[in-house]
Amino acid sequence: MTDIAMPTVRTADVASDQARARVRVRYRAETRFRLYGLCAIALTAVFLVVVITDIVIKGLPAFTQHRLVLPVKLDPAEIDPQNTRNPTVIRQGDFQAPVRDALRAIFPEVTDRAGRRMLDGLLSSGAVDRLRERVVADPQLVGQTISAPVLLSERADLYYKDIGTAISRRASRGTATPSATSGDITIFSTANDFAPDLITLKQSLSVKARAVRRDADSLRQVVRGLEVRRVEMTVTPPGATTPNTVLLATQIKQLEEEIASLSARVKELDDQAASMQGRFDTTDRPETLDSSGPSLLVAINGGVVKVTELSNGRVAGTVLLPLETMADAAAGRWEVVTYATPEANRKASDREVAWLERLREKGLVESAFNWAFFVTGDSREPELAGIRGALVGSAITLFVTLIICLPLGVAAAIYLEEFAPKNRLTEIVEVNINNLAAVPSIVFGLLGLAIFLNFMGLPRSAPLVGGLVLALLVLPTIIIASRAALKAVPPSIKEAALGVGASHQQAIFHHVLPLAMPGIMTGTIIGMAHALGETAPLLLIGMVAFIVEIPGGLTDAATVLPVQIYLWSDLPEISFQAKTAAAIMVLLVFLFVMNGAAIILRKRFERRW
Amino acid sequence: MSFIYFIGLLLLVAVGFYFGRARAAGVERSTHLHSRPSYHGAFVVLSVLLPMLAVFVIGVPIADRIVEAQTVAALDPEVAADSLRRGGALREVYDVASGRSKAASPQIQRAADVYASVRGYAQMLILGTGLVLGLLGIAFGLRSLSARFRARNHVERVVKIVLLACASVAVLTTIGIVFSVLFETMRFFERVSPLEFLFGTQWSPQTAMRADQGGSSGAFGIMPLVAGTLLITTIAMLIAGPIGLFAAIYMAEYASPRFRNVAKPILEILAGIPTVVLGFFAALTLAPWIRHLGELAGLNVASESALAAGLVMGMMIIPFVSSLSDDVINAVPQSLRDGSYAMGATKSETIKKVILPAAFSGIVSAFMLAISRAVGETMIVVMAAGLAGNLTFNPLEAVTTFTVQIKTILVGDQEFDSAKTLAAFALGFVLFFFTLTLNVIALQIVKRYREQYD
Amino acid sequence: MHAMVHLERPAGSPANASNMATKVFARGVNVYYGEKHALKDVNLDVPERAVTALIGPSGCGKSTFLRCINRMNDTIPIARITGKIEIDSQDIYDPTLDVVQLRARVGMVFQKPNPFPKSIYENVAYGPRIHGFAKSKQDLDEIVMTSLKKASLFEEVKDRLQDSGTSLSGGQQQRLCIARAIAVSPEVILMDEPCSALDPIATAKIEELIDELRANFTIIIVTHSMQQAARVSQRTAFFHLGVLVEEGATETMFTTPRDRRTQDYITGRFG
Ligand SMILES: Nc1ncnc2c1ncn2[C@@H]1O[C@H](COP(=O)(O)OP(=O)(O)O)[C@@H](O)[C@H]1O
Ligand SMILES: [Mg+2]
Repeated sequence: MTDIAMPTVRTADVASDQARARVRVRYRAETRFRLYGLCAIALTAVFLVVVITDIVIKGLPAFTQHRLVLPVKLDPAEIDPQNTRNPTVIRQGDFQAPVRDALRAIFPEVTDRAGRRMLDGLLSSGAVDRLRERVVADPQLVGQTISAPVLLSERADLYYKDIGTAISRRASRGTATPSATSGDITIFSTANDFAPDLITLKQSLSVKARAVRRDADSLRQVVRGLEVRRVEMTVTPPGATTPNTVLLATQIKQLEEEIASLSARVKELDDQAASMQGRFDTTDRPETLDSSGPSLLVAINGGVVKVTELSNGRVAGTVLLPLETMADAAAGRWEVVTYATPEANRKASDREVAWLERLREKGLVESAFNWAFFVTGDSREPELAGIRGALVGSAITLFVTLIICLPLGVAAAIYLEEFAPKNRLTEIVEVNINNLAAVPSIVFGLLGLAIFLNFMGLPRSAPLVGGLVLALLVLPTIIIASRAALKAVPPSIKEAALGVGASHQQAIFHHVLPLAMPGIMTGTIIGMAHALGETAPLLLIGMVAFIVEIPGGLTDAATVLPVQIYLWSDLPEISFQAKTAAAIMVLLVFLFVMNGAAIILRKRFERRW
Repeated sequence: MSFIYFIGLLLLVAVGFYFGRARAAGVERSTHLHSRPSYHGAFVVLSVLLPMLAVFVIGVPIADRIVEAQTVAALDPEVAADSLRRGGALREVYDVASGRSKAASPQIQRAADVYASVRGYAQMLILGTGLVLGLLGIAFGLRSLSARFRARNHVERVVKIVLLACASVAVLTTIGIVFSVLFETMRFFERVSPLEFLFGTQWSPQTAMRADQGGSSGAFGIMPLVAGTLLITTIAMLIAGPIGLFAAIYMAEYASPRFRNVAKPILEILAGIPTVVLGFFAALTLAPWIRHLGELAGLNVASESALAAGLVMGMMIIPFVSSLSDDVINAVPQSLRDGSYAMGATKSETIKKVILPAAFSGIVSAFMLAISRAVGETMIVVMAAGLAGNLTFNPLEAVTTFTVQIKTILVGDQEFDSAKTLAAFALGFVLFFFTLTLNVIALQIVKRYREQYD
Repeated sequence: MHAMVHLERPAGSPANASNMATKVFARGVNVYYGEKHALKDVNLDVPERAVTALIGPSGCGKSTFLRCINRMNDTIPIARITGKIEIDSQDIYDPTLDVVQLRARVGMVFQKPNPFPKSIYENVAYGPRIHGFAKSKQDLDEIVMTSLKKASLFEEVKDRLQDSGTSLSGGQQQRLCIARAIAVSPEVILMDEPCSALDPIATAKIEELIDELRANFTIIIVTHSMQQAARVSQRTAFFHLGVLVEEGATETMFTTPRDRRTQDYITGRFG
């Protein structure tokens, strides 16, 4: 062997410049690779932060609520005509009327029906619930005038939560003369106070005109393309068969219709652009304002006027809040007010905004923590909807889940870990459990629907069925966790028990199981947290109904928190979006608490054998 | 009735236990017992419990059948013949019998009377049988007791059987799933041919509901759903695959314990966020962002684009991929790392050239489990993906998935036996077996992988 | 007595005695694993192109010392090292020194054969590849072939170079690991009980191989077997409880040990 020709010994080349450069390249690759890993984790963290922040930002407004504190005169004629002072009678009383009267008293000028309806609309349909409870509890209040907080409607609440419009005010430079105190009036200013607004308006007109023209141009392009296609199609390809020609004819017809309608639209747009351009070009004519642009108002002599026609030194408009006098207002004593969001793009109309601003100026609006969110059930009115029903539903459902899957899971784990003979059957059971843990949750919903509802005839929407389904869903998790916990107890403990004459079962139930309990509880809590967040299977067994009542039993129709979230997320109202996010926050808090408890449990009872 | 029955049962159990134990304790004073007195008590308890539970579990459904049959017999034959009207009438009868409402017709009243009396008899019978058997059980248990009686062995045998029964629930669940989807699927295939179902390119179960269209309109082709599911899963895996894998590599190979203590909870929290929450984020935040970005780029993005759903689903799966891959990477023996470092390899070279190849099969199985998870995920796609069965691979368009369709068909009013409802089960069938296959293969690979390095 | 010979070369030290240049030079090496003081003040000179055996009862710090020489202890987060180790008069714990390059110069063979789960060829080609030693495919083939030949494995595997390294027998795997180590032409090869997982025949082959490699490489081998140390090594160092008790020419050490503990260990009274 020794005579194998040994090639000349090359020692590793580590000192040359080349070698150094090579090493540098390798280290750069190392840094890059490491950075990828760090980026991956950072990205995940960023996503988590973004999701949670987004939800908190969306959800926080739902935790406060705005109320109007009104002096309500509790007229016995409306509430308790027979003067019984009997709570059951009072409960039937009409509280709506006195509250509405109290609000109307603040805006006495509103006498028309539409105006009154609009004014009433500022109050929630559940505005008087609290007041009613208060009077029922204390019948002596009937006949008195009390200061009562009443719930505002969604749009009023949203307005106060700054989801209304930005308001800017500009002081005046000239003296203004109003022509009347109510109705449609004109206001003259001595100093062209309205010129800036006119300029802004004209500029936006020109911008709009340009945009419309661009639209028209791109549409024209499309029409041209379609026309080319039509020409191509009319040139019939040689050797075409009859059905093809028929088909072709219908297609051509369709195309022509399309072209016609598009051309009409192009013309429309062209006209629009031309008229806008025309308005922009003529400087002397007054401009009319509409709801597609910012609203312009004049606050003068204690009233507010909505401007409908605008020129440099004169405006015409409608009075929203009546003026006190027709006297001239000196420079600086009156203001030009702009509501930046166009009226068409917001929920509260100009008139409502004026009212709401007035109410705020009078100090009648208070904001408070929205306790009702936690103590009421679902509702169609966003300002009244709460999560109590869903919370109770979740609690009942989880209770059912827990009492089914904990004993079942632990018993199964004990059997598999300690008693099961090691044969093919046991192996199949194990494979089966592992696979069951990975079965999509919606499939469990199908199981619940087919077996529990259709076959066994259990009621739909019931927490009982929900709990059963979730129990089967988390059972594998609990079995796996319990087995791990049992396995972690060293065999010496069991052997010691057996050594002093305990039976196999005694050794397990007296010694191994108690030692494995913390691990089992940890697994159970994690399983329960999983069940708490589960949605899909519950949808299939009908826990998606709109349920106002708080469920009281195992078979009452109920929903659960995640399903409530799903239901609300589908609703168009912006307040429901906030409610959804708020409900998510509550759900997440519960989950954090549960997982935190699991971690603490694990830390506290963690044993190193 | 159940209430009284179980009160009686509890009572007899308590009595049995007390006497059994007391009697054994009495015997113990004179001789040595094989089993502790409590076991004797427990034996008596079992000899009460088992027969009484059996009577209840067997008796109640039979009694219900009989009571219903008798009640139906008391109704008008024509009402009894029509299943819909029969159901309504029965409900009325139950209401009348329980005093919730007044009988609307003499027929109902008659039936209610029959119902009440038959039910009374049946309940008395069950109650009587149960209690008698319970008492007999006590007698039997007490008679069996003696110093040499191996009460503990008997009790332990029963306990073991109970444990076995609990362990078999998981298997029963699987069987239940298989049967519940299988039966309805077979009925579905009586109406729609499997070939059409599997290879049809049109999915619109709503239109197929009209009677004249039946199942043959070609509206039950799942290709659009396959495409949609595939598209969203692909997007999700493009996100979760690299990010999850790199996160796992970093956690397993680079991270200091302190960093791990921070980063691991982040991944765990993300894993613990319910998918309905992520769905909300996808639908109400991410989708509008994407649409806005698309507008800026001059693209036409659907409001329920596959992209938004896929991205968020990818994020959801990251912790899943990373924790599975982390396990897999940690299972690679240290000796391989040492071997590589001793050659002068840098860490990344060791990872790329030694650890990842060594862990390859494990990582593949982690990805398979992740894919199965993505395919079966429901809430994110329900909230963020669309309903229309578009056969497209454009991530900016709306697509639909298996889970979305199952949910859409089965939520709300459904008529039994319509092809549409059955189609949901057929979808469930495909979904279940697809994910099952993936899982079985993946778990098998993992198992072999672990054995390799044990 | 030990305290006095600290930093200057002890009189009659191997480098002088046998006219062999010192390759590895260790002074005052201490290693701590967290609280545990695993290696205490070790001074050792390892001669070039010879086999030095490290012996001692298990847990005495042989592996620890070995792993200091190619800084494999860097991969153990809790390990802390003080003292000085030089290879060719260059301090290997110098912060400017690159550990990756160091390990290219100091190869290592482990107790349990640890071939990568790749082909035989890829196993051997791994080192040259990552260090960029091969300019071309032919070059790489050449290196792989000569390395396998030097490791006396080539004849056995030449027909199945693409088979997995893990498919070989234990002895073959260990020789593959040696081939892998020498493929980067290191100056020093560290072997940590390379035969302890092998049967006697495989052991004999490895020992033969070590004897051949001595011509070109400096070899430090940890072994549990006194016979093996006697067969393959020229110098022997005896460790006990983290202390280097005695070192010298293998023959002298086995015939006339100076220290009582050495004698006890060699005659099998403990260990
Ligand atoms: N990675 C490590 N972490 C903590 N202690 C270690 C580690 N490696 C070795 N030790 C300790 O250092 C001492 C020396 O170990 P080692 O050098 O492996 O001994 P030998 O190879 O001579 O049997 C032993 O007591 C061992 O417990
Ligand atoms: Mg060792």
